[in-house]
Formats: sequence, structure tokens, C-alpha cells
Amino acid sequence: MNDSTLLTIRDLKVNVADKEILHGLNMTVDAGQTHVIMGPNGAGKSTLGNAIAGAPKYEITAGSITFKGEDITELSPDKRAKAGIYLSFQNPVEVPGITLANFIRTCVEQKTGQRLRIWNFKKDLQATMELLGMDPSYADRDLNVGFSGGEKKKAEILQLLMLKPELAILDETDSGLDIDAVRTVSRGIEHYRKEVGGSLIIITHITRILDGLTVDKTHILSDGRIIAEGGRELVDNVNDKGFDQFINK
Amino acid sequence: MKEKTHIDDINRSIYDFRYENVDEYKVESGLTPEIVKQISEEKSDPEWMAEFRLKSLEIFNSIPMTKAGPSIEGLNMDNIVTYVRPNTKMHADWDEVPEEIKETFERLGIPQAERESLAGVGAQFDSELVYHNIKEDVAAQGVIYTDIESALHGPYADMIREHFMKLITPNDHKFAALHGAVWSGGSFVYVPKGVSVEIPLQSYFRLNAPGAGQFEHTLIIVDEGAYLHFIEGCSAPKYNIANLHAGAVELFVGKNAKIRYSTIENWSKNMYNLNTKRALVEEGGSVEWVSGSFGSHVSYLYPMSILNGRGARSEFTGVTFAGKGQDLDTGCKVVLNAPETTSYVNTRSISKDGGINTFRSSVVVTEKAVGSKSAVSCQSLMVDNISRSDTIPAMDIRCADCDVGHEATIGRISDDTVFYLMSRGLSEEEARALIVSGFADNVSKELPLEYAVEMNNLIRLEMVGVIG
Repeated sequence: MNDSTLLTIRDLKVNVADKEILHGLNMTVDAGQTHVIMGPNGAGKSTLGNAIAGAPKYEITAGSITFKGEDITELSPDKRAKAGIYLSFQNPVEVPGITLANFIRTCVEQKTGQRLRIWNFKKDLQATMELLGMDPSYADRDLNVGFSGGEKKKAEILQLLMLKPELAILDETDSGLDIDAVRTVSRGIEHYRKEVGGSLIIITHITRILDGLTVDKTHILSDGRIIAEGGRELVDNVNDKGFDQFINK
Repeated sequence: MKEKTHIDDINRSIYDFRYENVDEYKVESGLTPEIVKQISEEKSDPEWMAEFRLKSLEIFNSIPMTKAGPSIEGLNMDNIVTYVRPNTKMHADWDEVPEEIKETFERLGIPQAERESLAGVGAQFDSELVYHNIKEDVAAQGVIYTDIESALHGPYADMIREHFMKLITPNDHKFAALHGAVWSGGSFVYVPKGVSVEIPLQSYFRLNAPGAGQFEHTLIIVDEGAYLHFIEGCSAPKYNIANLHAGAVELFVGKNAKIRYSTIENWSKNMYNLNTKRALVEEGGSVEWVSGSFGSHVSYLYPMSILNGRGARSEFTGVTFAGKGQDLDTGCKVVLNAPETTSYVNTRSISKDGGINTFRSSVVVTEKAVGSKSAVSCQSLMVDNISRSDTIPAMDIRCADCDVGHEATIGRISDDTVFYLMSRGLSEEEARALIVSGFADNVSKELPLEYAVEMNNLIRLEMVGVIG
């Protein structure tokens, strides 16, 4: 491990409902890097994202996850979040009773331990929503309640930009989005890279979301194992020839 | 993360303070004609009231104990002190209220609320009002807001006699009879024809003496086309012996008049809260009950609306939170007794740490209620698997042309939601508190902001153990 290492995953085995999904996975993400995880359905991509974020349904049975030099394998999700890990959910949950704006404010205050100045926060939130092409009225709507699929994903990116984590895991943030929404979300991700300078793990099927991003490393996941690794060129390769070329080797 | 976080017994310290040295006058515990006479004397009751008390006592002694709800065996009337008078007169100026009592209310934020957002305030300490005040401009509109004792001797004496315990009679049930015998304190409000009181009036009830009962009577008359929002708050410090609250609220809502009656109840968990509330609504009038029930050991609370005139409306929005050692039987009753009347009931209940919630509703639609509508929706949330939640809806429909609906759901806190919130940095307790507050937002959305904040604080207190 060198000074710029942000996340190290060693021999990680993860069970879901007592069935092993990840069979000993290794991966290292440096500060400021963008990693892409691709693979066929059921490969274990979301499992990896959820295990890094600490989802209780994903039981780590062996191996370790180290973040900023600290072993976080046993840490609860909130402590991981406070340490700087963010997961953009594939299916964000609807939470009635708290508005999107109040929720984000609560989370930012929890994270920083400081009360925000409401006026500054509102201005910041509005500008960020504008960047994501979100109607400002969403700020005062209950968190994700009745949001369309696209608005839910935008709301995930909005939280990412407001919380400014050091590592963002995007779990199929592009799935189910129309082409304009994918562009908007990509713009948000670029903004995160430039303004926050954090690292990214992008889990994706399709690759339009990567347009305009520098990809440092691509990992191909199949049946709970990484079966191929490379740079940006691997993404294009998958786009041309699919996953079979790796799996059938 | 796999093991459940242990949540400590909640810290009620902001409500749980008491004063030992409030030099008061009290009657002996238990209930005899002598004690009732003594109360009458203390209060200089008019003759009819003195008689009314004694008659109520007779009824109390002749009818059997209420058995409808949870057990109240822990309540021994022989040990309850029915009348405790703080050693002070009623004041219209906070500065004159004795220091200890003033401090109690200040810690509860009452004077501050009055300054900021209320048209008038009444504060009752044990059996008597210690403070009553109404803003000048509201009084200038002819609005009366006072304690019932003063009103019994003033220009509204006849109006009180005409209405007092006519809606809730001593014959209704054992505790209504008890109330008739020993009632003390409470408020009288009269809003004249066409007057709209733009900001709320509030009464706050504080029961300080151990082993005592509080029996305040609230009588509100909203005349034709008038509007009022009345808020009541209640709390008490915790003692090891049972306290009893058996108040009565009677609301008379005139033609095209409207009242909103909001309650945030946070009695301590040794309290038997056997309270009766009832509204009579005339043609085109409407009553809106907003009710948050958090405290008490046992509660029987079913505000009732009698819709007596064409087009009268009732809306009931409630949330009940039952924690450890609490058996709360809450709900509402409505009688649709005129054409085109409507009733909406929307309640949520939350059970935690073995707490028991029973939702009980009664909807009666009489033959007269042609074209009427009634909808009941109750949702229950179980925070863990040792708590309990029951729903007992009763309906008595005697009219063919009406629209009646009922829906009930019981749910648990979803692990996915908890994880979602935790992944944003909220602790497990915070996440659960947020979900529970969200669940109770039917009520918090209906309350003025300050009270919604107080309610959310109460939920946080129950869920996390600290005030946020």
C-alpha cells in the first residue's frame, strides 16, 4: 500500500442469505481514480458495492476491506459513511415524512458535526439541483416518495454532490434512464470528479455514463470473481465483443 | 451491525422534574360526599353546581367500573387525591405567578410560546389554573377565554349552566361521573358569531402532586360562522404511585363554525389517562381533532364527534406511541346523524419495547344521514417483535345511501430503509427515529410548527433517548 491508496479489498468473500456470492475478491482504488466494474447479470457487482458500504444483508465471511488505512470490515454503515464512503443505490428507498432538502441537511450536519447556515445551504442545494436539471420543487418533496426512476437517480447524485465523500460507488446509476438523463447524471459525476476530487467505483452494464470520464481501471466480474482487468480500452472491448470472450477462455 | 443496538430507557428529564415544596392545600385521598362538599366550598360553587357534584358522586358510586379497555386495576380511587390547590391565586401576569410554578412552565416553554405564537394561554398546576391571559385584540373581538370557576360567577354563568356536562353527562361512564363530582380547573372559551381567531389559544396542564388526580373541564362554544384553534398540552413528572387524569372536553360547534382541537399529551408513565372528549357539530360546521398521545401508563381516549346538522364534518388525525409498560387504547367515535355529513379518520400507531396499542373506532351512521361519507384509515408500525398492536373498528350503518370505508395496515420498519439512511451517515437509532417521525407525519403536518417540532422531539426522545 502506498500513500495514495484509498481502498483495499483483500480476498473478500461475501454471503447473501447463506449463499456465497463473492469468492475471494481483490481490488485497490487510489485516491482520485475512477474504476469501472462490468460483468454479466448475477456476477456479484451490486454485492461488491453493498459489501463496501456495509449493507447488513451482505455478510462478509472472509477477507478484509481497508479504507484510508483503517480496517472497516466490521464497521456499521453509518461509520463507513462518515469515514467518506457513499453508495448511490440502484433502487433508492422512499422515505415519507422528511423532505429531500431536510434529509440532505441532516446528513451533512451529521457528517460534519456542524450546524449549517440555512441560507448558504439552500443556495448550494439549488445550484446543485440546477446542474442536475432537477425541478427545485423536489427539494420540498418527501425523500424519493413518488419520484420517477430518473428523478430518484438524480437525487442520489444530488446527495453525492452535497455530501462530498472521498469514495463514491455508483450501483447501476445509469440503468433505466433515458439518454438525456444519462447525460445529466454524467455531468453530475464529472462535477464530482472535478470539484470534490474523490474516487469512483462505477458499476454499469452500459457505458454511456462513462462518456467524458477518464477511466483508470476496468474490472470484469463474473460469477463472484474478477476475470479480467485493464484500462479504458477494456470498456470498449466489452462494448464490441461482450463478456463471453472472457468467460469462455 | 448484525446485533441490534440497545436503546436505553428514555431520558425524560425535561418533563421529569418536580417541586416538593409547593405549599398547597389538598383534600384527603379517596372520595366521600364530605370531600366533594369541601371542593364545592373551596370553589364557592353556585348551588346548582354543588348539587350537580353530589349527584355525580352518587352516579359514580352506583355504576360499575368501565371494563371496555385495558385493565385499570392498578388504579385505586381510595388513594387518589382529587383536589390539590397550589398555594396561589390565578394571575394574568406571569411575574405574579410563584417562582417554582413559573419555573415549571418556563422549563416547558409555555411563556415563550405565548409571546411568539399564541392568542392566549391558560396554565393549570394540579387542580387550579395559575395563569390565564388573552391578547387584547382577541378579547376586543368579544372572545372569552377564562377558567370555568370565574365564568360561573360572571356574565356567562347561564351559558355555562346550559352547556356544562350536557354533551358528556355523568351517566356516560364511571369516570364521567367522577369528573362531574370533582372537576376543577380547565377553560371556558366562547367565540362570538362570525369571529375568526386567527392564532391559536392554548391551555397547558401540569400535574405535579404525587398520587393526585386532575379533572379539568374544557368547555368551548364556537358560535355561528366562527373559527378557533385550541391547543392543549399535558405533562407530569413520574412518581411511583398512580396518578389519574379524568378531564372532559365539550365542544359546541355552531352553524358553519369550525374548530380545530389539537392535543400533545405526554403524561408520565404512572398516569391513568381516562379522558373524555366530545364535539357537537351543527349544520355546515366542522371539527378537526389533531391528537398526539405519547405518555401515560394506561389511556382510554376516543374523542367523539356528533354530526347533527346537514353537511357537518369531522376530521380526526391521531398518532399514538406506546413504549415500555404502556397500554394505550385510543381511537375515536363519530355519529353521522344528518344528511351529507362527512367523517375522515386517519390514525397511526407506533409500538415499541413491549408497548401495547389498541385502535378502537366506532362509526354510527343513522337513518337520517343520507348521502353521508365516512372513511377510516389506521396504520400501525411495530418497531420490534415484542410489542403489540390491535385494531378494533366498529361500524353501525343504518342508512342505505352512504359511502363507508375502512382500511387498516400493520407494518414493520424495513431493514432496507434503515440501511439506506445509515449509508448516508445516520446512526441506526437516528435512522429508526426518522422513519418513525415520518410515519407520524399525518399529525405533525397538521400541527403548528413549534408543536410539530415538539412532537418530533418526543419521538426522538422515545427512539434515541436524547433531544435533538
